[in-house]
Amino acid sequence: MSSHIMPTRVYYTIFAILLFCTYLTVQIAFLDLGVLNTVAALAIAMFKATLVVLFFMHVKYSTRLTWAVVLGAIFWLGILLTLTMTDYLTRVWRTYG
Amino acid sequence: MSPEAVHQEAHHPALAHHFDSLAQQSEATTLGMWVFLVTEVLFFGGLFATYMIYRSWYPDAFAAASHELDVTLGTINTVVLITSSLTMALAVHAAQLGQRKALMMFLILTMILGTVFLGIKSVEYYHKFAEHHVPGPDFVFEKEHIRHAQIFFSLYFVMTGLHAVHMIIGIGIMLVMLYWSWNGTITAEYSSPIEISGLYWHFVDIVWIFLFPLLYLIGRHAH
Repeated sequence: MSSHIMPTRVYYTIFAILLFCTYLTVQIAFLDLGVLNTVAALAIAMFKATLVVLFFMHVKYSTRLTWAVVLGAIFWLGILLTLTMTDYLTRVWRTYG
Repeated sequence: MSPEAVHQEAHHPALAHHFDSLAQQSEATTLGMWVFLVTEVLFFGGLFATYMIYRSWYPDAFAAASHELDVTLGTINTVVLITSSLTMALAVHAAQLGQRKALMMFLILTMILGTVFLGIKSVEYYHKFAEHHVPGPDFVFEKEHIRHAQIFFSLYFVMTGLHAVHMIIGIGIMLVMLYWSWNGTITAEYSSPIEISGLYWHFVDIVWIFLFPLLYLIGRHAH
């Protein structure tokens, strides 16, 4: 097997960070930060997801082709979300009730 | 040595004919799984886009509806799922080292944690049914938000429901992996099936990592 075998210490460390981030995201949700509440929640979620992808899913040690596919997923998801919102957020003449 | 004999000697039973080596086969397997996961990202992405549009339209109704969800149960489930990702990662590790007993133990632990997650989820669903928070003619909510809160709960049930379906499929995959580990199909040289099952399991975990704050934690400070 050619795949890189990580020491289990790495998995336990990532696990501890993920738990801490979960605690953090719940605590922050109860503070009034205005718009920053959503920003913080998404930033922590993205950080957690990145750790899972890089270490639990071994992408850090995967081939460049795998990297390209992973980045492609993020890129196309980005197109889906941002282009949709550039449309909806700029329809100022429409009021929703 | 005859060509047939050379062929026999080089041939691991798990190596398919169209690959040169197990390493190449493993790389192709991982890549194929990732391509599938891209389609999954965009599948869930459509729902996240829908969520984003409606939340930007009706922020107050979404915050009010989000308050009806149980943060404690949601947090416990997040911890349960992250722990199951750890046991899955340790299962893959054991598979790569050819530790059959540890592999089987971690697969069973992963399935147990997945089942606990689904159990807690069903308790939450039960509460929502009991409280009439299921969209439809019997939906009960403060009058101001009654229409738009139903959009939130529709998204809640579809997104967590689809996530739960993925968990159920994942537990099914783990059962097959457990059988293959038990009957000796999985070896240190051939651990790809465990690795790509792990990719699927971690992906489902990532979906929840986003669902949890987006559904449970909106505007919590306000009430």
